Order: sequence, then structure tokens, then C-alpha cells
Amino acid sequence: MSEDEESAARSRPGTGAALTERLGALCELLRARGVRVGTGELLAAHRALQVLPDPGDATLARLALRSTLCSSREHLEAFDDAWLQWQHGAEVGLDGATVPPELDEAIRSLLPRTLVPSAASAPDLEESEPVAAAWSDAEILLDRDFASYDERDRAAALALLRRSATRGPQRRTRRVVPSRRGRRIDLRATMRASWRTGGEPFELRRSGHPLEPRPLVLVADMSGSMAPYALMLLAYMQATVTARRRVEAFAFATRLTRITHELRGRDPEAALRRADAALADARGGTRIGEAVGALNREYGRLIGRGSVVILLSDGWDRGDPELLGHELARLRRCARALIWLNPLAADPRWEPLTRGMVAASPHLDQILPGNSLRSLGALADLLERVEQ
Amino acid sequence: MSAANSGDKVHAVAAALAGEGYLAGREVATILHLAIALEQPLLLEGEAGVGKTELARAWASATDARLVRLQCHEGIDVHQALYDWDHARQLLSLRASERGASAPELYSREFLVRRPLLEALEHDGPVVLLIDEVDRADDAFEAFLLELLADFQVTIPELGTIAAVGRPLVVLTSNRTRELHDALKRRCLYHWIDYPDPDREREIVLTRLPGVSDEIATRVVAAVGRLREAGLYKVPGVGETVTWARALRALGPQSLQETLGAALKVREDIERVREQGVLEGV
Repeated sequence: MSEDEESAARSRPGTGAALTERLGALCELLRARGVRVGTGELLAAHRALQVLPDPGDATLARLALRSTLCSSREHLEAFDDAWLQWQHGAEVGLDGATVPPELDEAIRSLLPRTLVPSAASAPDLEESEPVAAAWSDAEILLDRDFASYDERDRAAALALLRRSATRGPQRRTRRVVPSRRGRRIDLRATMRASWRTGGEPFELRRSGHPLEPRPLVLVADMSGSMAPYALMLLAYMQATVTARRRVEAFAFATRLTRITHELRGRDPEAALRRADAALADARGGTRIGEAVGALNREYGRLIGRGSVVILLSDGWDRGDPELLGHELARLRRCARALIWLNPLAADPRWEPLTRGMVAASPHLDQILPGNSLRSLGALADLLERVEQ
Repeated sequence: MSAANSGDKVHAVAAALAGEGYLAGREVATILHLAIALEQPLLLEGEAGVGKTELARAWASATDARLVRLQCHEGIDVHQALYDWDHARQLLSLRASERGASAPELYSREFLVRRPLLEALEHDGPVVLLIDEVDRADDAFEAFLLELLADFQVTIPELGTIAAVGRPLVVLTSNRTRELHDALKRRCLYHWIDYPDPDREREIVLTRLPGVSDEIATRVVAAVGRLREAGLYKVPGVGETVTWARALRALGPQSLQETLGAALKVREDIERVREQGVLEGV
């Protein structure tokens, strides 16, 4: 932290002090468990929290604290224990009223929601700070249906979304790199190593095939019936396109549009605006079969070669189900795996009975809901299990 | 350079290509002329079978240049594209030196295996370097190519830097199975080769297949035109047109339906064409 920032932090009354007090409590808990925590660690933790990219992220905060307060593997268990108790202690109400309204984002997010002053006691807080929902919110968000999200939920969910978006299928490349447990003998490296033994190749060096991201194709239904999910699913696509290599994104209602380039970029809002502009004339009734057909014909080359294709749609198809069946069969033959995300599938009573889904089902490897953060996490789990 | 002058040169390029049986459209001739004049690599994209690779071949033989072709594939790396060391021979000569022969200089040209890119750099005389299907290689290889194309020199750690004798004409082709990196694209002249119009395609058939009748050429070109409009999974390229014409030359001009397999290679496509009567009246 620069001097300026430091003095700025000091000049905010209560901020640093409250945070230090809370962290002090955690340090006490750690010390009680045999972990040596000094002022240096406390300061480091303080700083770490303030440079976190996303203060609303509990996992990040926990990691930041653990990495600064613990310095050996033996301490990790003690930390987990202390962390739990620290949270719990906070929840049953250390002293909610003393938490100053001008709290740092970092500490605000660390405290469970019960400790943040209510709207009544600090009415301006809600309006002036729309960001940073605390992580305990995130826990609740995980299972909430995207359709029930409001603006705040969406903002809070983005960071979690990004985390599932970085995960995905992998495959072995044909490229060869040095590797300890590789199958092939690397003659070049073996020769080099043999210098040390007077030109006698005692030590065999090996090489193997590394992993690389497997191509991923996302195709989203943007028709009217998908509207409640459109924003979050587009955001998921945006995060995936930006986070991983070899991702292609398409959207359709009646007509298929490639939006990979529009979605790419660090600023999600700008990306979503670009994608929206590209889709402006594509809205209308759903014709999934024709969209998949266009994908097969116009972009067939992008799809082949072992990619995993994910369709995001509720399966309400106004087109010809027979056509959908044919085109999905073709798509399935070109791709490594074909996964359908259908928000309706979140309802345990749901069965793929619409005409479109009946035609599609035989060609799908898996149907997932994809209607909540947790189910997108399940998708990431599934993708990581795709054979390498 | 005056406009008329450069127009002449474009004509000269087209004429030279025609001499090799490659009927280039005006656009293709112009872009090739540009690549030569600007000494810039030429990136050709287009559907399969529109003659991307063939262009490099034809130009090489028209100018008596040596054609060096690097076929890219998944996992291609420097040791397959540029150079490698002959490790087996290195080991053997080490062994030999133990029995009294003088110790060899292991990292010398004697043990260097020259791969296409090194061949192209070191060839004394005009070279056309064809880097085929560059989209099949990975990003890392693309980055390496970028370096090579920047100043036409490469560094072999054990030997030093090797610079090109002359600047080769570089032609890269891509089938667009993935998007190439912008940096590579920026370095190249880009051209999308489209299907030729019916007249030129007919000429291509007649040039490539001496002895084929005008009737067959016209029929096949008309049929292929229909197929390209029919919304198929795999659309026939110029290569398929020629093959189809060859099949008809052998079987007679009436056998269009029976020889459909010369043009279409996807079962659903063939069924669709038969069901919908796409070829009726050709």
C-alpha cells in the first residue's frame, strides 16, 4: 500500500480500527489453537483484504486471511476451526450496533448480513452502495433460480459465475513437452543429460502430452420464453468466452448469430451491450432445429474436432421437431459431447415431454437445469469429467 | 508505379498462373501480385476445395521457384517444422569416438535434420513457402510462425541465427476450424477465395480435363451450382466438380445421379438431394 493510501485509510474514522478489532478476534482464536500470529501477520491480513479484487467473495477472503495468517501446513486445520468459530461468534451477535456504517467493503463483506446495519439505522447505505453483497448472501444465491434475481443479485452473482466459467473440459494435445512421467523418451533431453555422465545416457528423460482446453461451443436460446434467464446465461457465456481459450458463442431465436467476438472483453457490461446489439433483429419465435441446422452448415468447421457443445434452451420449439432431431443427430456426431441446459429441468417433476425435447433427448449426453449458480457449478463438474 | 503498369502486372500474374492450368480470377491475381510486390505473407481462407493450396503450387511452377510445403497438424512443433537433431547418429558417433575415432562436434550441421521451414530459408533461389492449414496448429506454433514471418530468420540455440537467403513468397492457408490470432492476421495480406462463377468453373474443368466434352462440363457445373444452393452439410468444391466431370467422362453424360458420390460425401446430403429432386432438369 502506498503512503497516500495508508494515510487515507487512517483518516477514515472507525474503518481500520473496526477491521483490526475483528481480525484481532480471529488472531486470538488462532493463538488459542497454537498458531503464532503476530502484529506483522495481522497487518499483512489487513492489507490482503483491501487488495482483494472482489470483497464479496468469501472464498477469496478466507484464502487471503489463511495465506497471511498461517505459514505452515499444520496450521491450516487450526485455521479452518478458528474461521468457523469466528463466523459463528459474529453471527450470534458480537455487537452489531457498534459496526460503523462507513465500514470498508472488505470487512462489511466478511461480516454476516446480521451485522450490517439495517436500512433503518443507516438509510443512505442502501442507495449509495449497491455493490458488495456479503458472501452469506452468495450462499443463498447459489440455489436461487436466475428468474428470481434482481439487479443486486445479479451483480453479486457475477463473481461466482466467473469462477464456474473458468472451469471446463480439457484434452491431451498432440504436442510433446518434457514430462517426468511421460511415456515417450525425449532423446534430445536425454542427450543433454548425458553430458553429465560423460556422454553415457544413464538418465532417460521423458516427454508426454500436456492438457489444453477442449473446444467449447455455447448456443443460447434468446427467445421470449427464455427471457428471465437470458441475462444470466449471456453473462455466463461472456465469462466463459473471456476466461477460456477455444470457446465459441452463438445465440438464436429464429436466426442463429455468432456472438463470440461481441462477448469477448474484460468489461462484462459493454460485452453484453455489444451482444445485445448483434441480436437485436434475431428475436422472435424459437426455431431450434433451424438454428442447429445453421450451426451445422455455416459453422461446422468450428464445431468438429472434439468440441463439447452446450445448448441453453427451454425446448419450447415452434419449428419442426423432426428437423430438430435430424440436426441434433448430426451435431452429436461431430461433437465430443452434447449437453442441454434447460431451466425447466430444475423442477424435479419435469420430464422432457415437449415435442422439441422428445425429438432431442435421444441425441443428448446430458440434460442439466442451468438455472442457478449451483447448477452451473454442476455443469462445470460435468465438463471437467469429459474424457481427456 | 502507374495504374496501367500495375494492371499489366496483374494480367501477367494471371497469365502465368493460366499457363500452369490455374485460372485465377482478377481478385486472386491482384492479391498475389500485392503479396509479391509488398513482400508480405499471403493468408488465404476459403471453403475446402476452392484452390488455396493449388494457387501456391501453380505460382511456384510458373516462376520456377522451389515449392516448400509445410503441412500443419495438431501438435506440430519447431522440431517438425524447422529443424531437429539426429540423436541416434549423435549417440552412435559418440560411441565410435570412444574406440579411438576423433570426438565429433555433436551440434554441427552434420547432425542437423532440416525440416521444411529451414529448407525454405536456406534455399538459394526463388522459393514459395506454403504453410498449409495453419489453423490445425496450436497457438504456440502460431506465435513461433509470427516470429519467423517478421524477419525471416530463426535461431537454433546450438548453431546460432540463420537468416533467409532471399525473401520467400509465403502463402498460408486456413480452413477456419478456429480463428487465427490477430497478430498473425495483421502481418499477412488476407484473401477469402470464393467459389468461381459458373463460366470460370467450366473453363477450369475443360483445362484440367483435356478431352472432356463441353456438354459434360456445362452439366456438371450446373449441377454443382444447384448443390451449393441446396443447404447441404458439406458443399462440393472445385476439386469435386473436376472429379465428377471425370466420372461422367468415363460413364457418359447421363449418369449424373449415379455418380453423385463423386461430389457429396455425407449420407444425409445425398438423401436430401435425391428426396428434394435438387438435380432435376440439369
